[in-house]
Amino acid sequence: MTVERDVMEYDVVVVGAGPAGLSAACRLKQKAAEAGTEINVCVVEKGSEVGAHILSGAVFEPRALDELFPDWKAKGAPLNVPVVRDDIYFFTSETAAVKTPNLFVPKTMHNEGNYIISAGNLCRWLAAQAEELGVEIYPGFAAQEAIVDEQNVVRGIVVGDLGINREGEHKDDYTPGMELRAKYTLFAEGCRGHLGKRLIAQYDLASEADPQHYAIGVKEIWEIPADKHVPGLVVHGAGWPLNSENPGGSFLYHFENNQILVGLIVDLAYSNPYLSPFDEFQRFKHHPVIKQYLDGGKRLAYGARAIVKGGINSLPKLVFPGGALVGDDAGMLNFAKIKGNHTAMKSGMLAAEAIAEKLAAGSEGGDVLDNYPAMFKDSWLYDELYRARNFGPAMHKFGTLVGAGLNYIDQNWFGGKAPWTLHDRVPDHTTLKLAADSQKIDYPKPDGKLSFDKLSSVFLSSTNHEEDQPVHLQLKDPSVPIAKNLPMYDEPAQRYCPAGVYEVVGDGDAKRFQINAQNCVHCKTCDIKDPAQNINWVAPEGGGGPNYANM
Amino acid sequence: MKALVSVKRVVDYNVRVQVKSDGSGVVTDGVKHSMNPFDEIAMEEAVRLKEKGKVTEIVAVTIGGAKNEETLRTALAFGADRAIHVKEEGEVQPLTAAKALAAVLKKEDAKLFICGKQAIDDDANQTGQMVAALLDIAQATFASKVEIEGDKAKVTREVDAGLETIEVDLPAVVTTDLRLNEPRYLKLPDIMKAKKKPIDATSFGDLGVTPGAGFKVTKTTPPPTRSKGVMVKTVDELVSALKGKGLL
Repeated sequence: MTVERDVMEYDVVVVGAGPAGLSAACRLKQKAAEAGTEINVCVVEKGSEVGAHILSGAVFEPRALDELFPDWKAKGAPLNVPVVRDDIYFFTSETAAVKTPNLFVPKTMHNEGNYIISAGNLCRWLAAQAEELGVEIYPGFAAQEAIVDEQNVVRGIVVGDLGINREGEHKDDYTPGMELRAKYTLFAEGCRGHLGKRLIAQYDLASEADPQHYAIGVKEIWEIPADKHVPGLVVHGAGWPLNSENPGGSFLYHFENNQILVGLIVDLAYSNPYLSPFDEFQRFKHHPVIKQYLDGGKRLAYGARAIVKGGINSLPKLVFPGGALVGDDAGMLNFAKIKGNHTAMKSGMLAAEAIAEKLAAGSEGGDVLDNYPAMFKDSWLYDELYRARNFGPAMHKFGTLVGAGLNYIDQNWFGGKAPWTLHDRVPDHTTLKLAADSQKIDYPKPDGKLSFDKLSSVFLSSTNHEEDQPVHLQLKDPSVPIAKNLPMYDEPAQRYCPAGVYEVVGDGDAKRFQINAQNCVHCKTCDIKDPAQNINWVAPEGGGGPNYANM
Repeated sequence: MKALVSVKRVVDYNVRVQVKSDGSGVVTDGVKHSMNPFDEIAMEEAVRLKEKGKVTEIVAVTIGGAKNEETLRTALAFGADRAIHVKEEGEVQPLTAAKALAAVLKKEDAKLFICGKQAIDDDANQTGQMVAALLDIAQATFASKVEIEGDKAKVTREVDAGLETIEVDLPAVVTTDLRLNEPRYLKLPDIMKAKKKPIDATSFGDLGVTPGAGFKVTKTTPPPTRSKGVMVKTVDELVSALKGKGLL
């Protein structure tokens, strides 16, 4: 079926209005202004508005922002809460914890000079700056595929068709998507971007890298009584309810307006198929260290998102003919700092500078942006990620305690330049043990005060999808969930999905796998963790998904 | 024939609205806003009338702060030819809005004024009626079908007893109900074009409107949470539970 599509031509098209994509767009316009030329930049965003799909902790290091907008304070960037104190706990049981003396904290976990922010609001602000600079931003439009020509060059993207029913037929209001063609296309979709994933495979970008590694972060925003609120206090933790086989960590940040940002990050290399990141987080909130702040408070928001954490060892090649990967779509997050916003921004800025350089030299586009990896290699970003390279692998190889000790030595004695490099070559989807060899986990019932069930939580993410559209969670082989995953792993999708998308319903032979695609919060965990790699996450109709505020 | 459509920027219908802890209102900072869904229906109806050749020009109007420009751009992407932004950063109550809209309607000399039957933020359901009263023109509220013939409009209204069809002389106010139409998807090329369409700015002062407070919001509270249900296994159990609560 061929469809007539409208075509628009730009110099640069950016997929995704997150920190990386928006920083790239702003930088392109700044470079054009400096040179007295014109660069047309278009940003598409699958969320219903900029920020709607952004979820981050977030403690923000302003280094990249300082470079992009040195006058960000005067321009009203939403960095209002400087970090005043770092507390780090090791949770030894559901009631006990040890506070780590400051002396033994890896340097990367210190946050002086950083700010507690809402990354969503930072993106909203960046979008306003970009629009002022002349960038066109179109939220509510999902990039459906990359346009690749006969010469294997990426020439832009197709934004999704609207008005297709569940069976794939055109509805009365069918509206064909549009081709956005560009000299260079930047993919800034965030962790496990669905186009980024395809491009990495198509151009074999990851052949020399370690497998990428991921975690899932589940986050809530709470409003708490003013007398318990310490604006700027950062509390990080490791240990209970997780362990060395199923590792992870937690965060609790005292934000503005008596709000607390609290979350649990579960490493997707976890091994127990019965583990549910959502339920681990719910019970985690009952720990006295956390409960002391949340008691008497009210939950305002809920969300979840996968985090890319492989770092420099897992970084794919960044460029291919006609385009590049930036931010978490490439995997720029610094896991030793648990921060990805400043690194995403910087990578976007570098890619933008590389494009501006090419265009200034008269390039018509379509070539390989080989200057971007070169600029990356010379930047503080590379240096930072290089120093953090052992952090994740040390945790995986030696467990939380020994790994943490090793990281303390690496970061504080060697400044990240220890004479060793650890590799972790086991992909996250292969780490599950068989259900038969695993311990079932009996999660406590939510009390409705500190802990909640999944559905009432998803409700707080304001997630919505047009009901009558093709399911955007595609099974390569529809028989796998019941025929293989269920007997082998008790179909872990029922538990790792933080939004209740996947259910096994019915009894005995009538058992079937149900996909409630409308609940999907676009975290991408299923695409990553499914042991059969059988779930393919593709973009639903534009505008669908969560509507996060202040996340 | 010219049609004027008023559009309001409201908290998006997908957003779970939260009441501020001090009870002074609902949280709107950082929250997604969009065009009031009933106003989308009004825009869609105006565009359909234009496509049928009944309307020649569509003017969209909104009242509110700088961010309302987004809402006007949406209206322009729907197919409005131009837009008017009545700039006002403060609170606007229905009567004030109606006075401003009536002034715009008079100035524009539009024969048809279409607006949503109510906005989903305050659910006031007053503005359309007030505009009609202020200008002493006909009103056809809760429309589920609109037909224009010459200088009359035949409007089917959703009333408690079913449907009621009335005929009104133009100029008239029509307020839209849910079943009038299903708004179309906005096309990316139309959104691009909308960026270049003109928006005229005006103000209460220019329109000769003095904003006034007809009422004061004293307190905002969330609805009471629903208490947990009890599962009963037998009819006897149900009966005794109801008796226990004094309901039988």
